[in-house]
Amino acid sequence: MNAQPSTSPDSAPPYVRLEAVSKKFGEFLAVDAVSLEIRRGEIFCLLGGSGSGKTTLLRMLAGFEAPSAGRITIDGADMSAVPPYERPVNMMFQSYALFPHMSVEKNIAFGLEQERIGRAEVRRRVADILEIVQMSPYAARKPHQLSGGQRQRVALARALIKRPKLLLLDEPLAALDRKLRERTQFELLNIQERLGVTFIVVTHDQEEAMTLATRMGVMDRGRIVQVGTPAEIYEAPVNRFVADFIGSVNLLEGRVVALGAADLTIRCEPLGCTIRSAHRVECAPGDAVWVAIRPEKIVLAAEGGAGEGQPGENRVAGRIREVAYMGDVSICLVEIESGKVVRVTLPNRAGTAMQRDLRQAPVMLSWDAASSVILTR
Amino acid sequence: MEQPGRPGLIERLQNRARRGLVTSRRHLGRRFVIGVPALWLAVFFLVPFLIVLKISFAEPRLAIPPYTPLFTWLHALPIPKVHFSGYLYLFTDPLYLRSYLYSVMVAAVSTLLCLLIGYPMAYAIARADEAWRTLLLMLIVLPFWTSFLLRVYAWIGLLQNDGLINNVLMSVGLTGHPVTLLQTDFSLYIGIVYSYLPYMILPLYANLEKHDPALLEAAADLGARPLRAFLRVTLPQSLPGIAAGSLLVFIPAVGEYVIPTLLGRTDQIMIGRMLSDEFFDNRDWPVASGVAILILLLLVVPIVLLQRVERSEFEAEAEAQAQVEA
Repeated sequence: MNAQPSTSPDSAPPYVRLEAVSKKFGEFLAVDAVSLEIRRGEIFCLLGGSGSGKTTLLRMLAGFEAPSAGRITIDGADMSAVPPYERPVNMMFQSYALFPHMSVEKNIAFGLEQERIGRAEVRRRVADILEIVQMSPYAARKPHQLSGGQRQRVALARALIKRPKLLLLDEPLAALDRKLRERTQFELLNIQERLGVTFIVVTHDQEEAMTLATRMGVMDRGRIVQVGTPAEIYEAPVNRFVADFIGSVNLLEGRVVALGAADLTIRCEPLGCTIRSAHRVECAPGDAVWVAIRPEKIVLAAEGGAGEGQPGENRVAGRIREVAYMGDVSICLVEIESGKVVRVTLPNRAGTAMQRDLRQAPVMLSWDAASSVILTR
Repeated sequence: MEQPGRPGLIERLQNRARRGLVTSRRHLGRRFVIGVPALWLAVFFLVPFLIVLKISFAEPRLAIPPYTPLFTWLHALPIPKVHFSGYLYLFTDPLYLRSYLYSVMVAAVSTLLCLLIGYPMAYAIARADEAWRTLLLMLIVLPFWTSFLLRVYAWIGLLQNDGLINNVLMSVGLTGHPVTLLQTDFSLYIGIVYSYLPYMILPLYANLEKHDPALLEAAADLGARPLRAFLRVTLPQSLPGIAAGSLLVFIPAVGEYVIPTLLGRTDQIMIGRMLSDEFFDNRDWPVASGVAILILLLLVVPIVLLQRVERSEFEAEAEAQAQVEA
């Protein structure tokens, strides 16, 4: 049930390889036989809730925890017996872990001072990296004199100064406010591109994972549930956990009634209708399945002018119960006759902003067969 | 008759009186809180100090009190009579100077020994499991539950010629005749280090326990081997703890009286013993007071240092607290 076969466009050997890596803390299995391959230059996000084992996995890559079983290789070299201070890996800590008694400059230079590098060279490289993270004016400050965002950039600079081939980032943006977070995300992407570093990012924030990742792995209770590009995972989740964890979703129970060549027909009791889906999965008539429909894929129309301009092959009538105006979108909760509530998001185009007085208005919901994702687990 | 809507004179006066009472009560509380310890210090520290200072500028005489008064009265006018003979004596007799230097040396070596033994202990306790930590700290503090004097006497029992250590050494056959352990520098250091070790460990532990373990991981991640990570990250951050512990050992050790008297050498006495001898044996109060004043002067610098360390520790903590709140 691990990892889908990951699409590998180039035949280059994976840069980081985990083979059935497990970690036990006493009786607790924090990481359960994870196998994973990460290519050079990727930004790989490990996404999961707290206690899913993602941080433990990262700490094993850095060398702070030893796997209870399995093998980790980085660039072809087995890491089992390699202590953290000899790994070609640097980490950006969630707490940033800046040395409080050292200035920004000293913090960043620390990594280089552990190698035999001349003073002038150290100074030059520190100045360069300060430039990249735009912290040059703050070189002499102590960490406690910096704001959260500035500290974050110092931590990033310190982790990058040794030009690691692999950078591990533990919740890199968690301590930043929303605005700063968005900006930093793009800065990270920019730096990653410029320096050609492989990133492994641990995060519980799906939005962060979506924007950063070239590929991501969703973790649940120590296992990797699905690996794929953000779009793959969003559009084709392998099970209900992934569908529900990434974005919001309407999950409807149903039973397969007919198998077509390229589609399925499902009888869905909660909606009181049949649903057509272009998402062909392995199943047999009579199987219990779940239909996952993303709220933004549903089109809403007033009951009266039913049908016109509605592309959906699936239709169901309902009544608007609640409208929440979110600025860029509005979220509608639509109650179907059966009492089931379906979530629909609508973009707020000019003049079409949803009004609260739409409540109780009868509406028609419709969506494509392609938007009905069938989940068997 | 009072006009409605406007408080009358009496009412206003009452209000003002009530307000005054409230504020003065509040001030009274504050004054009380500061005043009690201030009074305590004045009565039990400042006044005795002034008396000692006064006596140090007198001359000894065979009377009660055994020193000359500071003022003589001439036609109801106080004429001060200051004698420097006590101090002069202290500076001319090399016995005193040697005793001072010896005391400072003993205190400095003891402090260093306490640091070398206490740092690893404090570090180990700070890194120990939560459950173990309380027990280990308890063990550090446990000796305080028995009398200090008793514990020093116990060392005599261990160190004397027919004591436990010599008996073991002889029965094992390492030595044919007892090794002189008591009344040497060795026994003196054992006594001082043993007695003052907790004062080194506790402030060091308080400092080390606050260290963020992620910092050592960060150092390792950046390529620092464990020893280097310790020297560059842990040690510099524990300097305030080292300073506090060292001063807490050094300051009382300089004037230590009981331990050198019971365990120390007889041919070289420490300054605390010197003071007591002058006072009780020679009955030379002015010289004894002079010795006391000079010990105080000797310790003023480290005491001021200690206060500065404590203040900066406190401020750093307050700053960290403010940051957490922000």
